[in-house]
Amino acid sequence: MTDTRPNDAHRPRIFLVEDHAVFRAGVRAELGDAVEVVGEADEVEAAIELINERVPEVVLLDVHLPGGGGHAVLHGVLPHHPEVRFLALSVSDAPEDVIAVIRAGARGYITKTISGGELLQAVYRVAAGDAVFSPRLAGFVLDAFSHPTAGDQSDTVTTGLDPELDQISPREREVLRLIARGYTYKEVARDLTISAKTVESHVSSVLRKLQLSTRHELTRWATDRRLI
Amino acid sequence: MRRSSDGRVLAGICAGISQKTGIDVTILRIGFVLVGLFAGFPVLIYALAWLIVPLGTETSNIFSRAVADRRGIRLVIAIIPLVIVTQIVVSLLHVSFVGIISWPVFLAAGLTILIWRNASEPERVWMHNDLVPMLSVGSEGPGRWKVILRTTAGAALAVGGIVVLILGHPSTAALRPLGGALLVIAAIVVVFGPWWLTLVRDLMAERQARALAEERGQMAAHVHDSVLQTLALIQRAADDPQNVVRLARAQERELRAWLFEGRAPGSIGDEVTMLAEGIGLLQRHVEADHGITVQVVMVGDCPLTESLRALLDAAREATVNSAKWSGAPQVSLYAEVEPGAVMLFVRDRGQGFDPDAVPADRQGIAQSIRARMARYGGTVVIRSAPGEGTEVELKMPTATATATATATATATATATPNPPSPPK
Repeated sequence: MTDTRPNDAHRPRIFLVEDHAVFRAGVRAELGDAVEVVGEADEVEAAIELINERVPEVVLLDVHLPGGGGHAVLHGVLPHHPEVRFLALSVSDAPEDVIAVIRAGARGYITKTISGGELLQAVYRVAAGDAVFSPRLAGFVLDAFSHPTAGDQSDTVTTGLDPELDQISPREREVLRLIARGYTYKEVARDLTISAKTVESHVSSVLRKLQLSTRHELTRWATDRRLI
Repeated sequence: MRRSSDGRVLAGICAGISQKTGIDVTILRIGFVLVGLFAGFPVLIYALAWLIVPLGTETSNIFSRAVADRRGIRLVIAIIPLVIVTQIVVSLLHVSFVGIISWPVFLAAGLTILIWRNASEPERVWMHNDLVPMLSVGSEGPGRWKVILRTTAGAALAVGGIVVLILGHPSTAALRPLGGALLVIAAIVVVFGPWWLTLVRDLMAERQARALAEERGQMAAHVHDSVLQTLALIQRAADDPQNVVRLARAQERELRAWLFEGRAPGSIGDEVTMLAEGIGLLQRHVEADHGITVQVVMVGDCPLTESLRALLDAAREATVNSAKWSGAPQVSLYAEVEPGAVMLFVRDRGQGFDPDAVPADRQGIAQSIRARMARYGGTVVIRSAPGEGTEVELKMPTATATATATATATATATATPNPPSPPK
């Protein structure tokens, strides 16, 4: 994993929301000088207050938090400061948690096993307005969108669904599949002979669909399903 | 000219011609089929080309191998009396059209037998996977369209036959010469019958021998995956007696389970019934034994069949290989259940290797991955280069192929070799 960091002088201002002090210290050490950490919090209330006060560019948000979970922070901040971007971090990978934070407005989701370099990449990407998908999240999306008839079909015949938002395009599917296989954006771009920028726009478009789709399966899938 | 191994439908001849001349392959194919329907000779030419033109990068053609295949040649000769019988019947019915194409068609059939017997192993697997679904059209199956197709084809043939009979002989006089023909046919059967029987018996013996070899291959794969892998782990943990004892004990349990309970070592046990469950187990085992992270992403799930268990065994071997050789701390495993197939990718970002430079006697890739997948009609693609990491792509057909698998199993009877049955 040797994707180069953008070498402009800009250091994104980030905020850590995470209830394990050890992990916070670890993230601080890993990101080092490349970012400016403007604050940290270990529970929902404090996080909402501090983020609204300091308005960082990127919030690294633990999915599991005492006092309401990660999506409560999103609900407390985004109405006031829609420009703040959230990158969700978790260890658990429970689909309902992940889908909940993404639906609440997080711009990306990564697991805590990610390396320092990759974490920084993800932070830059989110700061630039792009979406960040971990392989696991890509898998979730493929699962939720690819197998619409996995359950019973009776209640999926809902009216008022926007078909555009209701399915992902073949190209988006290809991109997600490669991400799920563990490819970086760069490798995805090379494999599909498209530019890295196009990969990013595909992923962002999937994120948008994920957040706006009113599709029944998405939530039902997330709650029904217990992944390994 | 060479037969193409990529864009091939049957033998890769049209694709080969297309590569050589630049003519669109679809046009060539349509041409071949159209002319073949009316003349019969293109079929013969196609079969001849299949024999003579070498495949892809192979150095020898099938013909050179077929010359040495005594039994195959005898089989072909055994068809000749059949052709004579056909000619007699045909001349009685005055349908010269059938008479004209019967020789080329029978010659082509003979050549096809030689091709089938002498094709290289991967090509045989392709043909098998292409042809068996066609056979299952005529077999008992739940598919409604199959019944319709079968009935339509049968009805068309019957109507055709009746029309030919009536056109040839408007009166019942047609039946008189048939009596003589039946006598001649009976004579041929009496003369050649015993010989045909020995041929069939020989073929059965040959098939048993092949099944035995296959079983030996499977056993080698199992021993490699369990015993040899454990020995390698023990060597590495030589200075850690506790770990050595743990590994040895685990291996002992596995071997006992294999020898006395018939449970294949390293395999996912019968208590696991779903694919996702099996992959989770695989992940835990490899992580525990090799101290690396296996990142699993799963899309969809389905019940485990025998072929999917083989897929899991192959995937485990690929993952273990990555753990042992790549040097990377993490391996990604992605599995997706598609309609008709399960795709599984094992990827690491380690040092990689040159797939062409692996010695042929290394069991890991050859037996444990490739042969295991091929046995159930699955395919393997390995992408790797020094410094680039490695990705193993495994594809195992399902659904439609489940019907295929049962059809094959009944056809070959002994072709489902399992670990040796427990000594009682």
